[in-house]
Amino acid sequence: MQALQDFLATPVGHLVLTVAQALALLVPVLIAVAYMTWAERRIMAAMQLRKGPNVVGPFGMLQPFADALKMLMKETIVPTGASRYLFLAAPMLTFLLAMIAWSVIPVNDGWAIADINVGILYLFAVSSLGVYGVIIAGWASNSKYAFLGALRSAAQMVSYEVSMGFVIVCVLLCAGSLNLTEIVRAQTTVWYVIPLFPMAIIFFISTLAETNRAPFDLPEGESELVAGFFVEYSSMSFALFFLGEYANILLMCSLTTILFLGGWLPPMAIEPFTWVPGPLWFALKAGLLFFCFVWVRATFPRYRYDQLMRLGWKVFLPFSLVWLIITALTLKLMGWLPA
Amino acid sequence: MIAGLAFYLFAAILIACATMVVTSRNPVHSVLYLILGFFNAAGLFLLAGAEFLAMILVIVYVGAVAVLFLFVVMMLDIDFAKMREGFQRYAPFGAVVGGILFLELLMVMGTWQFSGDAAELRLSPVPGGVSNTVALGRVLYTDYVFLFQIAGLILLVAMMGAIVLTLRERPGTRRQVIEDQLAREGKVEILSVPSGKGIRELGIYRPLPKPEPAPKQVSHGHGHGHDDHGHGGHH
Amino acid sequence: MRLDRFARSFLLAELVSGLGLTLKYFFGKKATIMYPYEKLPLSPRFKGEHALRRYANGEERCIACKLCEAVCPAQAITIEAEPREDGSRRTTRYDIDMTKCIYCGMCEEACPVDAIVEGPNFEFATETREELMYDKDRLLANGDRWEAEIAKRLELDAPYR
Repeated sequence: MQALQDFLATPVGHLVLTVAQALALLVPVLIAVAYMTWAERRIMAAMQLRKGPNVVGPFGMLQPFADALKMLMKETIVPTGASRYLFLAAPMLTFLLAMIAWSVIPVNDGWAIADINVGILYLFAVSSLGVYGVIIAGWASNSKYAFLGALRSAAQMVSYEVSMGFVIVCVLLCAGSLNLTEIVRAQTTVWYVIPLFPMAIIFFISTLAETNRAPFDLPEGESELVAGFFVEYSSMSFALFFLGEYANILLMCSLTTILFLGGWLPPMAIEPFTWVPGPLWFALKAGLLFFCFVWVRATFPRYRYDQLMRLGWKVFLPFSLVWLIITALTLKLMGWLPA
Repeated sequence: MIAGLAFYLFAAILIACATMVVTSRNPVHSVLYLILGFFNAAGLFLLAGAEFLAMILVIVYVGAVAVLFLFVVMMLDIDFAKMREGFQRYAPFGAVVGGILFLELLMVMGTWQFSGDAAELRLSPVPGGVSNTVALGRVLYTDYVFLFQIAGLILLVAMMGAIVLTLRERPGTRRQVIEDQLAREGKVEILSVPSGKGIRELGIYRPLPKPEPAPKQVSHGHGHGHDDHGHGGHH
Repeated sequence: MRLDRFARSFLLAELVSGLGLTLKYFFGKKATIMYPYEKLPLSPRFKGEHALRRYANGEERCIACKLCEAVCPAQAITIEAEPREDGSRRTTRYDIDMTKCIYCGMCEEACPVDAIVEGPNFEFATETREELMYDKDRLLANGDRWEAEIAKRLELDAPYR
């Protein structure tokens, strides 16, 4: 035991430990992503009075693996006139960004791999970079559909980041820290979804736009742009886009959980709730939010592009700004500002 | 040691990227190199212990400004042959401007003096145990609050100026007024009609609009000649 | 009135009621048929794979009148005929190109002796194109295989003919 601790204190040991930690987080995340695709298909099917995939394995539980295998078997096609390196780099970038963001997510008290001071800013930065995967894919494909998808995505993601930023500032005002663990700890008395309910709704809708999900899936827009920015992708590069997209969705669900639903905290610190371990609470809340993602997708039709911009700039931005001022005033006047 | 290595790595990549931004033929590649440059600059900030600045650099410049750059550059349709056309003619002029700038830089560098306590400042960028963000906030919102607000106002004015310059009110255009659309009282109802029951019995059937008054019959006197409208209804 | 409308749009009333509807269907009974294991009932008029029928004594019904060949809008049917040894008029060749067929059922309608019929079978996908060029043997074999069902279908549909 002592020898192990000594080894872990050395630089090499530190590296090994970090890699092990990363794997311990990313492997469950990837499995969760695989099952999210399955869950989405099942939930959507149920809402459309269908059954969804239920043949491969019990309840169709092996369907994601069958799909992955199928993807791997396919041929990678690089279109003529495509910018070859950028074309292949784009899906990797998307996937990579979706993965590195997880390093600061605390699934339990002190379980974050990198518990950095500016955790929320890091997450915000990484999620704002996600747009590059889309833009580069759209440009490098040398295809009009892909290019249109990329342009839409660029405008959309930049627009919704602004209101997301204000919502995050609201939460930061209440929590008084940029550290994700501290933000969750500050919610011990009350989850922020209760005092900041409208902000939580705006944040949820903005995450829909940020992850290019229905009803904001204009960059993909099957009915008008075929598949939008990844129309030219096949095989493994398509699978990477797919994984990246769902990992991003899970990331956004986790972020919403941390900011508004009290992370790993149980709803009340009383007996039956405290038996359930923190990570399970975290997963439950993130899962619930993912259900909402799918639920919204099954319910609402796609926004028109100008409506999307109007909602972002003329509704969400002023509203969140006003709410930010109200929050700040309330905190100041009631003397609730965190030290 | 690792920090030193990382510094040289980031710095080298940053300089290489900056060079590629200028020399790269394809403007999209230029912007992508610029983005990589921003990243490495953020890395340098991180090494200097300024994690807040690093993240803000990534969020603002990479996440927003460079996206808009890329947005514009991707849509440019550039004719490279045409761009090279005037190269010979403008080269001396460009060289003179560049030379003057370089000389000025040299003169500035020649008279540059480090302040006496620079060494200590460099070693402790964050004063007194508070985090980077708190330190920045304290300075910005106390000593420099007016300058900070003025900077914000200038940006706001610039933004409004851009909108005013580009906004055109063309006469005769019609806009969608969403509020009015939503406020429209329902004239169309959705009813579920049991099969086998006609909509007439259920009273859903909307009666036909009143028949328009028949056009006045113009009586044609015989002998006006058998022209075309004689065939209409007089038989 | 205006306030009411404002409150409704501000509280996302329509969106929430939409979400409520999908949630109701989420718990509703599913309409999926697990196809290879479960099948829906077919109408007696369903037009599936073709078959040539025989009389009860084993004699083939087709008299090579070529009405089906003439009426076929897709020109999928090819018939050649010669007198048999006993002098009756029979087909020597009766081919249907199933890749051309549009399953309109006109051949069935045209047939004076109910020889060519479209049966209830729709599961005759093949791996090659050639297998879909049906000849007389194949059609007669189909008839033998599906005779019981075809007869029942004709009986059920007879009042409406």
